[in-house]
Formats: sequence, C-alpha cells, structure tokens
Amino acid sequence: MAKRIDVSGLHVYYGDFLAVEDVSMTIEPRSVTAFIGSSGCGKSTFLRTLNRMHEVTPGARVQGKVMLDDQDVYGPEVDPVAVRREVGMVFQRPNPFPTMSIYDNVIAGSKLNNQRMSKAVADETVENALRGANLWEEVKDRLNKPGAGLSGGQQQRLCIARAIAVEPSVLLMDEPCSALDPISTLAIEDLISKLKENYTIVIVTHNMQQAARVSDVTAFFNLAGTGKPGKLIEMGETNRIFTNPEKKETENYITGRFG
Amino acid sequence: MSASTQLSPSSTEGGSTPSANTLSLGGTLPKPMPPATLAAIVVLGAGTLYALDAWSLPMLAVITIVGYMVAITTASAFYENGRKAKDRLVTAVVYTCFALAMVPLVSVLWTVLSSGLVRLDGYFLQVSMNGVTPSMDAGGAYHAIVGTLMITGFAAVVSIPIGLLTAVYLVEYGRGRLKQAITFFVDVMTGIPSIVAGLFVVALWIMLFGPGKTNGAAGAIALSVLMIPVVVRSCEEMLRLVPNELREASYALGVPKWLTIVKVVLPTAIAGITTGIMLALARVIGETAPLILTAGSSAVAINWNLFEGQMMSLPVFIYSQVRMGGAINYERAWAAALTLIIVVMLLFFAARMISRLFAPKLGR
Repeated sequence: MAKRIDVSGLHVYYGDFLAVEDVSMTIEPRSVTAFIGSSGCGKSTFLRTLNRMHEVTPGARVQGKVMLDDQDVYGPEVDPVAVRREVGMVFQRPNPFPTMSIYDNVIAGSKLNNQRMSKAVADETVENALRGANLWEEVKDRLNKPGAGLSGGQQQRLCIARAIAVEPSVLLMDEPCSALDPISTLAIEDLISKLKENYTIVIVTHNMQQAARVSDVTAFFNLAGTGKPGKLIEMGETNRIFTNPEKKETENYITGRFG
Repeated sequence: MSASTQLSPSSTEGGSTPSANTLSLGGTLPKPMPPATLAAIVVLGAGTLYALDAWSLPMLAVITIVGYMVAITTASAFYENGRKAKDRLVTAVVYTCFALAMVPLVSVLWTVLSSGLVRLDGYFLQVSMNGVTPSMDAGGAYHAIVGTLMITGFAAVVSIPIGLLTAVYLVEYGRGRLKQAITFFVDVMTGIPSIVAGLFVVALWIMLFGPGKTNGAAGAIALSVLMIPVVVRSCEEMLRLVPNELREASYALGVPKWLTIVKVVLPTAIAGITTGIMLALARVIGETAPLILTAGSSAVAINWNLFEGQMMSLPVFIYSQVRMGGAINYERAWAAALTLIIVVMLLFFAARMISRLFAPKLGR
C-alpha cells in the first residue's frame, strides 16, 4: 500500500518568486522522512507540492517531476483531487470539522465526497481508523459528540484518523506537534512509529529531537540567503545526519550554532 | 528572584479582593453608597421641582444625572483617590449613555403596544378591508398580512440565491478586476434609496408589460433590488470568517472544491448567514415607498396572486390608514404596526432556531 516518492529537479514558484530551488530526493516506502530547517526555508512549501496542496495558494506553481511509484503526480491528465486521496495530509493546527461529530469527522473523506457507505462498513472504518490513531479507547463512548470538544492532542489524532480513513499510501505531516503539549506530542510520535509499518510518512518539524526520535531519514533545508530560494542541503540516514553531517551548514544547524 | 516571590501572593490577593489594594491611598466608598446617592438625588430633585411648581420628567432626569455625577465624583475624590473618582464618573457617563439609547427603543415599543393592542385581535387579523368604508368600525389587515408575506417571501426567494451565490463567488472564486467591480457595485447598490428602486421597477414593468400593469411581483423585485446587496455583504463577511484550515483539511481528503464549499464552508457559516439574511429581510419588510409605487396603495381585498392586480402590504396599509386621518384609521394603523413588529420578531425567532439547528457544536 505504501508508495515510493521520487522527486527530481523540482522548483516551486509563488508568482515570479522562486521559493524552493532544484530539489531531488527519493522517499522510501514504509519509512519516516523528516524535513528540518529554519523557518521560511521552504520545507512546508515543498511538502505541499507532494500532494499538490500548494495549488490552493493563488499564483503557486511548480517545475520538475514528482513520481508516486510509477505515476506522475503532475501528469497532464492527473486530477489533483485524486492525488490528494492518495497522499493524505495532517496540518500544524488540529482542524476537525466543527459541524461534525467525532464519528462523522473520521469518515469525512467519504461523506464529503457523497460516497454511499453501509452502516456496518462505516462503523468498521471508524473503529479501525480511530484504533490506528490510538484514539479509540478515549472516544469510543462519545462518537456522536462534536469533534471540536476534544483536547488539542486528541483533535490532532482525530485528524490523523480522518486522514488514514481514506486509506492513502502516503501521509504528509506539517509540524503535527507544534501546537501540542509534550504528552500529546509523545502520543503522536508513538503513533507515527506505528503508522510507518503501513504508510510512507513525511514529517516537517522544527524540533530536532523529534526528528531524531521518529525519523529514519532526515533532510535538511536551508535558505541560500535572505530573499533567495530555499534548497535541499543534505539528506541521509537520521543517525548519520545528527552524528556526522557532511555539510558545514547542517552541522551548524543541528548543533545550534546557526547563522 | 525574591521580588517575584514576594509579588505573586500579594498580586493574587489584590485580584480577589480589590478593596484590600495596599497601593490605594484612600479608603473605599461603601457598596450601597452609589445607589443611595442616586435615590437621594431623585427624591431631592423631585421635591424641589414640585415645590417650585415646575414639575417635568426630562428636567428631573437632567438634574438627577448631573447631580449624581457631581456628587459621586466629589465624594470619591474626597474619600477615595483621583483614579477611582475618574472611574466613578466614567461609569456614570456610560450608564447614562446606555439609558439614553434605551429611551427611544422602550418608548417606541410602549407606544406601539399600548396603541396597537386597542384594535389588534383575532377579527383584525382575519378580515380584509373589502367593502369597509374608512370610518366603519370594522375591517382588518388580513389582506395586508397576506401581501407582506407574499411580497417579502418572493423577494427572499429571488434575493437569497443570487446574494448567497454572489458572496460565494467573491470569497471562493473571485479574483482581480471582476471581483473588484462586483464588490464596488454591491457597495453602490447598498446606498440606493428605496424609492429609486421602486421607480426603477415601475419603469421596467412599463417597458416589459406596458403601463399600469404593476403587481405584487413588481413590489417583490423592487424589494430584492434593496435586499440583494445586504445579503451579499453579510454572507461575504460570514464566509470570510470560515478558517482556511477547514478548506485545506477538506482538500487534503481529496474533496473537490465545490463539494468543500457546499459541505464544509456553508454549514460552518450557516448561523451567521441566516442571521444576515434575516437582517436583510427585516430591512425590506418595512419598506413603504417602493411598494406604493409598484404593488399599489388602494387594494382592499385579499389577493393571493403576485402576478395579477394590486396587493396591499402592512407598511402601505399603515401609510394609507394614517392618510385617511380618522380616529379609527389611526387605531388600524397602530394595530398594523404592532402586527408588523410581531411578524419581524417571529422571523428572527425562526432564524435563531435554524441557526441553532445547524451551528457548529462545541460542547463536550
């Protein structure tokens, strides 16, 4: 189910402004890849190009190639909506749908697409997704209560459950823990390690300990300078990046001697 | 370090009992003091005015307000401190402004209720003015109620889809020149005087159907000219309040844009949208001028057909009854005014119910 992502020569523009320059990388299936780097260096922008979410921003466009196994994400006949069903996303701030119950939030992917689903199938999907997101035990008795009534960490796990309920092959996470307390963060990190058995996971994080804890591969992004585009500086096994980086910039960043 | 540990307990104490603030230089006026002062000044002022044989309620109000402000500020400046004196003065000013704002509201409600209840009964609500001479002790507003409901109902049916979809276009799709142009014209339309809208529709009807063919539908179109811009503006504001994160969450689940709008954006904003639509309806339901020009002011019989003949409405009914000038006409006018207010209140009540039904639920 998990798929490999192959990016080659990707440039991202906002209008005329080049935001990310020439990124090539391979993201292996059933692994966790972390993107680290300072704010504004384009890692979130790059992440959003992997499921064409950047197209929501007016003026954003890309050059280059993104392959999902052997399927071209930017192929001329490819529908961005179909790409997003294949490549799910979890955002920085938990964003459950406020008009829906916990139950409806989990099956929002089908519900919003007007897909008919028998009660039994829906029940099973909800339970599996919530178990998958380590939330089932906490909410099984109040599935009909509004999703917005949960705590921040629970809401974020609800969003993860919602994302995995549509059975994507890749899960993108854009700083999923930055709005959460340490306990909830731990819960999400445990969940990430469990999810990588079935999904390709890409996570953007500002927290280097988190990258070191959860990821197998780490990619370091940096700006070439103020007003210049962001670049992929170095990518490799997390252990090696944190103990023996090849580039000086990477070493400066991870040791805190940045700038 | 030691300063902060000393500060924190004293500051929490200060928070729970403001009177124990060790920083204040003076004491505190006892709690019953302000109302007692107010009562004393009212009694004193009333007594003085009575003794001088110059009794008037507005005069007493002015004396009370000025007297109270002077008394409480002086007392506070003397027993408390300058800061608290200012606080008490501003508090008095704020309450005065609130009371002044309430005066017209309460007065209007009271006048309409007391004058309107004379004639408002089941009979008034169930008969029309068909065959009733102006001074006869008979007749009612049923035809006007029917007209108001039909005309504003039709105006709503026309305006709500146009207004809501325009707002959706402006917020979700619109870009560049076209969006600017629409926003500009909507703003201009908000300022159109209602009589101009009426004239416009009269001219339109003459062009389309020939002279003298205006009917209830013409009135409804005139009202929707007034209503559409209000609906657009309020819906636009409400749609902009929907967090972008919800749209992104929906896109990220592989939901197309139109379904995202229909199933995420609109339901999230539904409470505000209904309120906005109700405000727009309330604005047009009391319009008189365009209806006199279009739906006519002389209908006396019940007319259920928007497309044939003249149609009475409550505001026009009030207007024409007042023009007739007899005591019984005034009674009818007040009763109709009360009916109109009740209709508007029922609408708002319905809107509250609708928005409560659909509103985002935040409880646990």
